[in-house]
Amino acid sequence: MTASVDRLLALGDDALVTAQRLGQWCTRSPEMEEDVALANIALDQLGAARLLLTYAGALEGAGRDEDALAYLRTDREFRNALLVELPDRDFAVMIAKLLFVSAYQRLLYERLAGGGDERLAGIAAKTVKESAYHLEHAALWTLRLGDGTDTSHRRMQAGIDEVWPYTHELFESEPDLRGDWLSTVEDVLARATLARPADGWAPTGGRDGRHTEELSYLLAEMQVLHRAHPGARW
Amino acid sequence: MVSAPRGTAASAVRVDAAAVRDVVAAVVDPELVVLTIDDLGVLRSVDVDAGGRVTVTITPTYSGCPAMDVIRADIRGALAAAGYRDVDIVTQLAPAWSTDLITESGRTKLASAGIAPPARVTGPVPVALSVRCPRCGSLDTERLSAFGSTACKALWRCRGCREPFDQVKPL
Repeated sequence: MTASVDRLLALGDDALVTAQRLGQWCTRSPEMEEDVALANIALDQLGAARLLLTYAGALEGAGRDEDALAYLRTDREFRNALLVELPDRDFAVMIAKLLFVSAYQRLLYERLAGGGDERLAGIAAKTVKESAYHLEHAALWTLRLGDGTDTSHRRMQAGIDEVWPYTHELFESEPDLRGDWLSTVEDVLARATLARPADGWAPTGGRDGRHTEELSYLLAEMQVLHRAHPGARW
Repeated sequence: MVSAPRGTAASAVRVDAAAVRDVVAAVVDPELVVLTIDDLGVLRSVDVDAGGRVTVTITPTYSGCPAMDVIRADIRGALAAAGYRDVDIVTQLAPAWSTDLITESGRTKLASAGIAPPARVTGPVPVALSVRCPRCGSLDTERLSAFGSTACKALWRCRGCREPFDQVKPL
């Protein structure tokens, strides 16, 4: 069965917005190896986004390519989950988001790799192997900060608490993936001596184009060059 | 003026598929310059149709690998230099690239260049728990980061000779 355009946009926009947020850390990380790591993860996410958006454009059949979809849609047309657009006001917030989204992407891509849409399965079989490295990286930092000093523990816990409510939206279309996701995440949190937040408030709307204002600022920065110079090439 | 014999037009486009493949197979990876795209397993196939059109099928190492555009341009350049201008380059994702596709000679070339080759991901050889230092051969090494100078490399350090080194990380 062929995936829907909206479904591909959701997957592609999750990856694209994640890439853009991670790219903002370049030159601002606590150590040079981390600059390199986050830029590499951003590059993987961007690669996934390009494949997914190209497929979405082809399936839509309206002549939109990856650039048209990335640079010429407005915030209301983006289908990413709210989690990935949240601002990284602390390093620990970024790590919490990466932990949650990469654990989700790994499970989702694993499922899609065995799914009935052949082109999407090919993309997912490729990206799932990269997700495993992203998850490993986020988990290592969660352990290091959670089971570190009093300050790092407090800030890692604050990061986890801040973004936890936004993880519910990831499982709206695949509620059955949440069990495996919880096992992965709870194991990391326990080893990091961090508390798993209680479920409660569950903000949503990203898949329907209702976003936080943070996405508008992110898109303004990401799209400004293309909008100022339409069709410009290197 | 001698008129061309009959059949020249047809024979002019008859090309040696093996020779064309040799041209493409010699293209060097821009980020791992000791390897050709054939050593790396990025080159899937080279086909030449009856009209002389060359179709090259390649696969990316990582989905965001920025070297792919350069590889495409280098394949076109190498074929053009050898006289083949009617070229189509197809990117194929499935089956996904794996470091297991790096040839034995490719692994040897990596090690000689000071880059540790990846452990086997699948197959009869068990995954190594440590990575041998490509400089001094010590197994007393530690990984500093899973992410290195390019998408396909991890950063390691040897406790024996104290030198840092790159590893093509298993994928």
